[in-house]
Amino acid sequence: MTPEIGQIALILALCLSLVLFVAPIIGAWRGNTALMRLSTPAASGQFVFVALAFSLLTYAFIAQDFSVKYVADNSNAELPLIYRYTAVWGGHEGSKLLWALVLSGWTLAAAAFSRHLPETLRARVLGTLGLIGSGFMGFLVFTSNPFTRWLPPMADGNDLNPLLQDPGMIIHPPMLYMGYVGMAVPFAFAVAALLEGKMDRQWVRWSRPWTNVAWAFLTVGIALGSWWAYYELGWGGWWFWDPVENASFMPWLVACALIHAQAITEKRGTFVNWTLLLSIAGFSLSLLGTFLVRSGILTSVHAFASDPLRGAYILGFLGIVSGGALTLFAIRASRVRVASNAALVSKESLLIVNNVLLVSACFLVLCGTLWPLVTEMMGTLKLALAPDSAPLPKVSVGAPWFGANFGLLIAPLLLLMPLGAFTKWNGDSFSNILPKLKFAALGAVIVALLAWLSIKNLNVKAILGVLVGFWIIFGTLAFVLKRLRENSSAQRFTFEMLAMSCAHLGIGLWLLGVVLVESLSVERDVRLGVGESVAIAQYTLTMKSVAHVSGENYEADEGVFELKKGDSLIAVLKPQKRQYRRGNVMTEAAIDPSLSRDIYVALGEPLDSSGKVWAVRAYYKPYIRLIWLGALLMGLGGILGAFERRLRKRVEATAPASAGFPKSADTQVAV
Amino acid sequence: MMFRSCITAIALVFICTSALISPAHAIDPLPFTDLKQEQRFQAVTAELRCLQCQNQNLADSDAGLAKDMRQQIFEMMQKGDSDQQIKQYMIDRYGDFVIYSPPFNWQNSLLWLLPLFAAVGGITFVSLHFRSARQLAAAHSKTGENPRSNTEPGARAPQVDAGDNW
Amino acid sequence: MTDGAKTAEIHTREVEPFGAAPKPATNLRWLLFLVPLLLLIALGALLASNLGKDPKIVPSPLIGKPAPNFSTFDLLSGAVVSSETLRGQAFVLNVWASWCAVCQLEHPVFNAYKQTPGALPVIGLNYKDAPDDAKRWLAQLGNPYQQIAVDASGKIGLDLGVYGAPETYFIDRNGIIRFKQIGEMTAQILAEQTALIGGAQ
Repeated sequence: MTPEIGQIALILALCLSLVLFVAPIIGAWRGNTALMRLSTPAASGQFVFVALAFSLLTYAFIAQDFSVKYVADNSNAELPLIYRYTAVWGGHEGSKLLWALVLSGWTLAAAAFSRHLPETLRARVLGTLGLIGSGFMGFLVFTSNPFTRWLPPMADGNDLNPLLQDPGMIIHPPMLYMGYVGMAVPFAFAVAALLEGKMDRQWVRWSRPWTNVAWAFLTVGIALGSWWAYYELGWGGWWFWDPVENASFMPWLVACALIHAQAITEKRGTFVNWTLLLSIAGFSLSLLGTFLVRSGILTSVHAFASDPLRGAYILGFLGIVSGGALTLFAIRASRVRVASNAALVSKESLLIVNNVLLVSACFLVLCGTLWPLVTEMMGTLKLALAPDSAPLPKVSVGAPWFGANFGLLIAPLLLLMPLGAFTKWNGDSFSNILPKLKFAALGAVIVALLAWLSIKNLNVKAILGVLVGFWIIFGTLAFVLKRLRENSSAQRFTFEMLAMSCAHLGIGLWLLGVVLVESLSVERDVRLGVGESVAIAQYTLTMKSVAHVSGENYEADEGVFELKKGDSLIAVLKPQKRQYRRGNVMTEAAIDPSLSRDIYVALGEPLDSSGKVWAVRAYYKPYIRLIWLGALLMGLGGILGAFERRLRKRVEATAPASAGFPKSADTQVAV
Repeated sequence: MMFRSCITAIALVFICTSALISPAHAIDPLPFTDLKQEQRFQAVTAELRCLQCQNQNLADSDAGLAKDMRQQIFEMMQKGDSDQQIKQYMIDRYGDFVIYSPPFNWQNSLLWLLPLFAAVGGITFVSLHFRSARQLAAAHSKTGENPRSNTEPGARAPQVDAGDNW
Repeated sequence: MTDGAKTAEIHTREVEPFGAAPKPATNLRWLLFLVPLLLLIALGALLASNLGKDPKIVPSPLIGKPAPNFSTFDLLSGAVVSSETLRGQAFVLNVWASWCAVCQLEHPVFNAYKQTPGALPVIGLNYKDAPDDAKRWLAQLGNPYQQIAVDASGKIGLDLGVYGAPETYFIDRNGIIRFKQIGEMTAQILAEQTALIGGAQ
């Protein structure tokens, strides 16, 4: 009975989404306050019913109701309780329900925290969110119903993929979706502004906190995915440029650019159209990402059960939502022209260079990810035009290509990063800016020299990376020091400045982690018998024993390894080779973590019948934790930025962008 | 036909996910002559794609085909073949798909050109925009028109605090 | 909302030229704003055209090239089966194994093909299989093969670019690979390729 209630709840949520879409938009158009005010109850109702459906699905998992097909596919009788919760989003339908839950949550938050907005704008923002919600509820109801029954019910389910039976599963998808879906709010603001015809700095001001929070969640979500892949998949890698990883990275890059573009528009009133466009692009890329993952047109380690029909629905939805927004953009945005006195060297121009590079990087990732499809299309065209010619070869675009080209593109960005905070709006000169950063530059050079002298095997790329990483860190610290010195305590830091400092420090740390681990990591695949050792970096790993252990739903061989440096024992590591009772086999690696290095051990196969000689893989990964620490700092920065009080103030007069600036001669709206 | 290709797909997915869920299984301790050769092997196999489990590279894949290919690469290294020869060996048999870096030829030129064009074009476009925006501003200040006259009477300046102008 | 209306008016009035300021090329400008939408449409077309296609299929680089040399033994008779012994005739090379589920599905197609007039000889390549399992499999399902080359280690498959089973190659009498079928074989493809290759006698 409860699955049926869940189904009804979804249908009701769909109806409410449609109300949320239609009523406020018409209300704003007609000036009908009653219709506009329907947005709040519609948003609340939508959330309540989606949450109900989600709870019922969770209940079905906990109660192990195998008559529900989705539960039977993703769970079984022996699955530990905690993973029965996470199995809810282990497959396509449930993860889409999680999407819908997160979306309705963001919609409700947008409804709750937008009281200070003008009524029509608020109505249009919520209406746009309603449109997106309708699309997703429709997707669930019509193509991906998680409550489909399979009668007569199976006695036991299949299993949740053991890779997903892991704490990472508890947190990575929800965080990622919070970010992914969160991009819908700045999108809604942009569309609302276009509908209003009021493309000034106000809507940008209000949309900034939402963008910051969405970006922060996306950063944390991606970082969690990377961390999880590292320790769970046993490849020792933290980023593979897999299509699904790229699908989440592209909105991240655009969101990053958007945050910086919003800074210009909000403070100077210029580049309004660009900010509009980026806001639209951010969420469009989220939708594109969902499409790529679920349509089956690209091979990926993450791919859900792919179905072209579902892919077609999402593509159509993308067309309506993004195509509609871009059409609106083409019509309305072209009417705005903004004058600006900004010189070629100014804070504006630096931020714009940031934007150009980030968006180009996003475009690079997009091209690389979709290249197999382009090749396919070129091949079809070629055969159509010249049927007897040799078919075009299929190519791979993978980590080596992405890594090299992406690195080239963001290198200038990283170099310029510390400059922005020291550059004046409107016009400045390098002879003014650079001396302020001389100590930061000097410090970075000294540290890089020290690194080169003290660490063996550090290649040129790594040394440069260390140089740039510390340049960013010291440059950001220089800004912090400047604020501390030059201002009285009341005026030292706004949340925005804290956010920037935090996030840029995060990037510096991230860069250090990346270059150090890429150049210094060591991997050994060896054959070890009990009592034998392998040397890795400056450590020795000795296999002391291998014994049989039992888990809740698996049997395992557990190896006991001693990690020593010289003669002192550092840690005891216990990797396992698990045989799940439902048939899957998995390797659970053992890691000795620390900020300066990870030691990682995994068991392969037994190499003889006694089970005493095993294939063992050991990794030495120096400074890899800096990558995720950096990302966490970035996420913290994003959250801090949302607290900026100034962004929530309702300005007295809804004056056009230029009016009332202390330096109003610099920016004027062309009329 | 559809049903049968589904079976093929399911079979492949089954094989590959069983391989995938036993990760790090791809541990073949091969008798390398020295550490350098081992590292070279790791580097080369990381650049090649496993064709059975196409989401993994040759270094990490547990698939039977991957093991065969690694064995072949190992033997070629022992024989003294260079990295380029080894990669070409695989490309001759499996096509460009097997290597993770697309070859630089006419077919793929767009792949490099498009993002480059975006970056260069972006900077150019932006410089032109800066110039036209300044021209517009200059034109306004010449005529002395004050946009403020278009606002409502009594309009006040938006609050400017430390946060607006840093 | 009056100030909304006024502000809207300010923002949507077209740009007017002032004195020495250049006349804005408004027509071209509007087109520029259309570019993102056009890019989206192009992207949508690209994605839509690829829906439903199998991204896992790897086309063979050996089409139009000579089949690699190999030499091995027949599964049943123990006689030598090699590129030498097969030279001069067009044939179909079917890669199969007893552990391969889809091979079972396609096997009746080959059994039927053997009976059709003008059929090319079908040579089986028993890929990474145990001989006993293979023999049992054939006994159960029928043997349409003229000869069965044994490739226990997978080396022959590696030279052919085999990455899964079943796969089938069509080789003409000059030893050139003309077509590769990845996955299950159908009677239609057999007929088509036989006509193309067998016709060039």
